[in-house]
Parts: sequence; C-alpha cells; structure tokens
Amino acid sequence: MVNHIAISADTPWYELFSRGARDWLRHNEKVREGVQKSLPDLVSESDIITGSSDRTVHVPVRMLEHARFRLSDNHHTQADAGQGQGKPGDVLRPGQPQDGTDEGEGGNNQGEVKLMLELKVDEIVDWLWEELKLPDLQPKRNTMMEDNEYVREGWDKHGARARLDRRRTVKEAVKRRAIQRDPVPFSNEDLRFRQLVQRKKPATNAVVLFALDVSASMTEAERRLAKTFFFFVLQGIRRRYAKVETRFIAHTTQAWEFNEHEFFQVTGTGGTGASTAFNLALDIVEREYAPGQYNAYLFYASDGENFTEDRPAAASSLAKLTELLNYVGYVETVPGSPRMSETEMRMICGDLEHRGAPIGTSILTNTEDVWKAIRKFFVHQSEQAEVA
Amino acid sequence: MLATDKDLIDYSKRIEQLATDLGLDHYPVDFELVPNNFMMEISVYGLPVRMPHWSFGVRYIHQLIRQGMGHSRIFEVMFPGDPCHAYLVNNNTLPENTLVVAHVLGHADFSKRNHLFARFMEMAGGHILEQAAARAHRIEAALQEHGQEKVEAVLDAALALEPHIDTNRELHRPLYPAEPERRERDEPAPVNPFRHRYQQLPGEDAGLFHKPPPKHAQIPPQPEYDLLWFIAHYAPDMQGWERDIFLAVREESYYFYPVFACQIMNEGWASYWHARLLREADFLPNDLYLSAIKAHSDVVRPYAAERQLSLAINPYHLGFSMWEDIIEKKGLEEARRICAEEDDFGFIRNYLTEELIEKLELFVYETRDDGGIKISDNNVYAVREAILAPKFNYGAPRIAATRMHVDGSLELAHDHASDGRGLDVRRAERVLEYLARVWRRPVSLTTVGDSGNVRVLTSGKA
Repeated sequence: MVNHIAISADTPWYELFSRGARDWLRHNEKVREGVQKSLPDLVSESDIITGSSDRTVHVPVRMLEHARFRLSDNHHTQADAGQGQGKPGDVLRPGQPQDGTDEGEGGNNQGEVKLMLELKVDEIVDWLWEELKLPDLQPKRNTMMEDNEYVREGWDKHGARARLDRRRTVKEAVKRRAIQRDPVPFSNEDLRFRQLVQRKKPATNAVVLFALDVSASMTEAERRLAKTFFFFVLQGIRRRYAKVETRFIAHTTQAWEFNEHEFFQVTGTGGTGASTAFNLALDIVEREYAPGQYNAYLFYASDGENFTEDRPAAASSLAKLTELLNYVGYVETVPGSPRMSETEMRMICGDLEHRGAPIGTSILTNTEDVWKAIRKFFVHQSEQAEVA
Repeated sequence: MLATDKDLIDYSKRIEQLATDLGLDHYPVDFELVPNNFMMEISVYGLPVRMPHWSFGVRYIHQLIRQGMGHSRIFEVMFPGDPCHAYLVNNNTLPENTLVVAHVLGHADFSKRNHLFARFMEMAGGHILEQAAARAHRIEAALQEHGQEKVEAVLDAALALEPHIDTNRELHRPLYPAEPERRERDEPAPVNPFRHRYQQLPGEDAGLFHKPPPKHAQIPPQPEYDLLWFIAHYAPDMQGWERDIFLAVREESYYFYPVFACQIMNEGWASYWHARLLREADFLPNDLYLSAIKAHSDVVRPYAAERQLSLAINPYHLGFSMWEDIIEKKGLEEARRICAEEDDFGFIRNYLTEELIEKLELFVYETRDDGGIKISDNNVYAVREAILAPKFNYGAPRIAATRMHVDGSLELAHDHASDGRGLDVRRAERVLEYLARVWRRPVSLTTVGDSGNVRVLTSGKA
C-alpha cells in the first residue's frame, strides 16, 4: 500500500487572524491619507460652518489600484476566445453610442467597488491639528470668567437616590459581609451617595465674528478661499471652547448681518468701506458679548481694496476692536500670485500689529496658504498665552 | 476528528492506491482541511504564508464580495513541491472533498512530470512554501525595524514588477562579467578569427571593425528583461533588506510561472484524472459517487447552466476535453509524453485541432471601443492565438532595462513592436514612480503613444 498522502484537520490558529483583513485595513488607511490631502475641497459644501460638529461628510473614493505595466486599451479592438453557439458575424452585444464620458481615471468600471468613506468633521480637524502640529487655543487670561458649576467630590451615607453610587455601595457591602458572621446582603449602612460641591470654573464661551468683503471685486475663487479659511479656523476654536457662537457680517460700502447660507451667497455691488463692517462688529460685541464673559475673535476676509477716504475710520474701529477681542485675523484673498504692492487693508492691519495689537495678516493665494494662515493664527495665540 | 474526516482519509488512501495502479506518479501530498476564510486568503495571496501588502487587501475584499454573491467558490488549492501541499475546505461536503483529493493527485502527477515544474524544483528545491513563509517573517521584521512607509515602498515596486522576470534564465544567476581592463590604450585587441576572415572578403570595408571598444562596460550589456533581478543587484543605493524583498518576489514569481504557463494542460489533466479515478473507484458508495460527479460537471463545464455561450474559456473544460481527445486517439503513454514536454503554447498549437474547435464551438470575438461585441472568426489559427494571447510573456508587456547612465539614472524600453502597441501611460508612470523610490535615481521608459509616436515617460520629480 502506498502511503504518500497525509490529511490533517486540526488547524485552530487559522481562525485567529486574517492577513487579508489586515492588508485591507492598511489599504483603507492609505485611502484616508489620500483624502486628507484633498481636505480643503471637502469644505466647499454649503453651510458647513454652522452645521453641528459631530456631523459627518461622505466622500466617495475609489479603491486604490496597485499599478502594473499594462498595454494601452485606447482605440484597440480586443480579440478574445469564447465558447458556445454562434458563428462569425454574430453580434453578441450592440455597441453603445459614445456619450463622451471618457473615464478620466483608470480603466474599465465593471464591477468596481465604490468605497464610501465617512469622515467626521471632528476627525478631520483632529488630523489637521496633528498634521500641522498646532497648539490648542488658550482663553485670554484676564477674561477668565468665573462660572459656577457642580462637581462630584467624595461620598456620604445620605443623599438623593439619583446620586447613589452603586459600585461603591456594593464594595461597602462586600467589606461588611466579609467580617460578619451571618450577613444580610445589603443594609442601609452600605449605601454611599455622591456628593456635589459648587466650584468656580473659567468661562468657556466664545464668539467668532466673520466679516467678508462682498464688493464686486471679490471673485468666486476668492470667496472659496475665505470660506475654507473660515471653516478651519472655526473648527480650531471649537476644539477649545464648550460653546461657540458665530456671527456673519458682509459689507460693501454698507454692512449687514446674515446667516451662514446667505452670507456666502450674497454679492454686493459698488465699492468697499471696511469701516462699516468693523463698526457693526463693534456694535454686536459691545451689545451682546461682554468682553469679560466671552472670548471673542474676528476674522475678516477681503481682497485688500478699500476706499482711501475710509482709511481713518477703518483704522480707528479696528483699533477699538483689537482692544475688546482676543484676536483679529485678516486674510487677504489673492488667487494666483500675490500682489507685490501693499494694499489698503494690509497697511492698516500692519500698522496695528506693529503697535502690538492682537492682530495678524495672512495672504491666501491657494488652499495651501490656508494651512499657513491657520498655523500663523494658532501659533500666535499660544505665544500670546505664554506671555500672559 | 469528525466521522466524515475519517471517511475522507479512508477514501483518499484507496484513491491514491488506485492512482498508483493506473500509473500516476507524484511526490508526497500533505492535505490540510482549513476553514473557508483561510482558503480564500491562500488564493488571494497565492501562497499560504506570504508577505503583507495593501494590494492583497484589495483582492481580498473583491474575493469576499464575489463569494458573498455566490459567484465564486474555491474548492482546492494545490502547491507543487516535495512534498506537495494541498488545502481543502473543511465545511465542503465529503463527495466534494473526495473529488478534490482525486483532482489534486492529478496535479501532483502533472507537476512531477512536466519539464517547467521540474526545472523550477531543480533551481529552487521542493520547499518553496517554507521559504516563502520564512521570507514573510523577515519582511515582518523589516516592518518593525524600518517602518511601514519604507517597506511598503519596496513592496510597491517589487510586486508591480512581479511578472517581469526572464523565465529562460536561471533563478540563481551570476552578475554580469566585468569588462577585462585594458591598461594600455594602444594594446591591440585580441584577433577574432571570424572577424579576421570576414575582413578578407572582397569588397568588405576594413574600417568596420576598428571601432575601439567602449571604455566602460555598459550595464546591462544587453537588454535585460529580468527587471527584478537587475534592480535587486544594480540599483545604486539598495540596502540588503530591500534586495531581500526583491529577490523574494522574484523567486515566488519563478515558482508561479509553471502554474501560469501550463494552466490549461494542468487543470485539464487533473480533471481528467479525478473523473477517471472516481469512475474506477468501485469502493465509493453510489450516492457519494453521484454527488461527486455532479460537482465535477459544475467545475468542468463551458458555461453557466442557464447560458448557451460564454465570453471566456473555462480552462478546466478545454483542457479536459483536449486530454480526453488525445488519450482516445494517441493513448495514455503519448499523453504522458505531451504532459512532460509541452506548456500551454505547444499544447494548444499542436493539439487543439480543427475538429475539436468545431465540437467545442470555440470562437474568437472582438470587443470594440463602444462596447459592441461581435464574433469575428472561428478559424483554427485565430482561435488558438486568441486563447494564448493573454499568456504571452507571463501576461505582461515586454519591458527591458536598456541602459544605466553614469549618474545612476535608468532607462527602460518597451518592446512595443512585439506587443503591437504602446503602454497604458497613466499606469506606467505610476510604476516608474514606484521604481524611482527604490532605484533612488530618475527612471525613464520609452514606449509608443496611441498613434505610434515615440513617447518617453519619466518618474517625475522622484
């Protein structure tokens, strides 16, 4: 009898891990890395700023393809072998009229598996902070406001039913039972209640004012840059504060308050008088957000143009604002290449910065600059906090 | 152990005896019954234990989906060697697994006879599975030591070049010989008697052979198609562990080649033998035999039961039909000779007859740019070549390393004349990017565009 074969059936370890699943997870990680790089584009979705932050963004992504050398398929009539009833000349499938949807990326789409990546807005921002190594925001020291809050502290044998600490109670019961001869399971003596103490805590309210120049000179590309910057800067502020309110101000030679949706839609005509927006901001802050109770920020985006006649007014309102606010960020949107010459707005802000006011200027020419601007802002803030 | 497993062992031993009586000859076979998910991974990775790479994850998920939809079921995976390793799915039925054991014995017999398999075993020994597992282990260690990014970059490049070996050359080959150094510029080159006589011919230009030989040995001395080998040994700053990975992928590629090049013959041969062994195994209970034969006809059929036509040829069916035809007309001994000497090219070109093509209703169809499909031909030569077309050059475009420059940059050339057209540019550029990361110098590739114009692709900034 030949005996060349062996059969075994005990292979318990095969169930324990899956290499396929591990490599699949690695693939997904790579997809996420790829998506991360195109983050700014995700933000173009409307109303993303005021939306809740535990919202998710769905991003359709392709599965990654590990490239190999292949022959070109373009304008090539493929000849393959098949089997079955049929004779030369038989049409097995009529051609589809070309509708010009040339798949720009990657070969045939048959049976392609689409991945829907669900990204939490919070998660996106966490990535960013890690990636850009951004410090967390510090509330302004002198505005540290005392709010009252209740915190748990210690236990007591009496208290409200709702604050019964079951775990602690059982522990007490176990201890008692261990030393008693004929113990009852629970006694009133075992009960432990959490105690609450009133404490003061720093204020964690913040308000962020966004101001946008909507005069005719602001193009669609410029608005997009501004919106992207606004979005990420707000996310960064949200990381630190429990409650963040947002206000939106648009201006031409006049200023109006809008909701987010309208804010990014609205287009004005005519010239630019930034002081109107600053005055409105000043008005809102003074009326509704007492500086002692709120950490307040203003971000202003414009193409830099401003009526020369408006200069003194704009400069003085802005100076007042910097006294009230934690920080004023000015971003100048210049799609394409940055202009060499100093603009009106840059001059006003630069002057204030020079005098030590909490204000900073960034130029946005493309989405890359958005990260630089955000970095500048948050680093400035953390330095300020260290000085204070 | 389950009762059915006991039965399976019992039947297997008796089937093996029967196979030996019928003249099957094979190395020992270790069968393992494994869970379905592990089976799937074996088929995705191509080896029971292999290096990790994200591209396997993509194949894995595709396979998972296909299985989930019931389109694909894996019965058996068999790895030739000494011993051979075969895997069965532990929750397949007893008749199915009995059939698979007989099928595997057919593969084992084939791989011991066929010259391509024998050549590989001569070059690499019979323990490729163990070697692959050991290498996978080393790659895990490299992951720990050098980090995911670096190891992945090497695997991206090496696996992209998987089919780019030169199967006519040895697995273990020496480096190019160094050009003998000539210290004296004036020292005359040794006289080549052929050239000398050639120059004596009337009308021959005597100056033709007086060109001085190049001062530096050119690398590679001739176009090099074994890209994995070439990069492993000639990449300017390649580190030891990176070379290891390239050579691991290369050796596995040599191992996969006979299976690739003999797929139709091999699957046909195994199908022929499982059918015959089961037919002659009178010790099998009747209902088991019937269920097994049912499984046989599900595997060895030209197209799905509800169809009358298929746009792909089932290699099991084609090979099975051809071997039945050969054995009927020429006898078993002649079949065994064919088995030993041919690969699919010789097999199809020499033994797929006009009569068989007609009987099996094979045809050639064309798919146009607009998705239209038309049967174009059923001429014997056209059918044979259409079947073989995807098998040329290991299924990959013919690309050679042609020149390594003094600054270390590398030139590749696509032999578009033999492939008949240019490369898919987008993919080729991505492969060049992978390559440039391990070559660490610019890499370029010459091919042709869609209108036949010369195109030089480069690895970009890398």
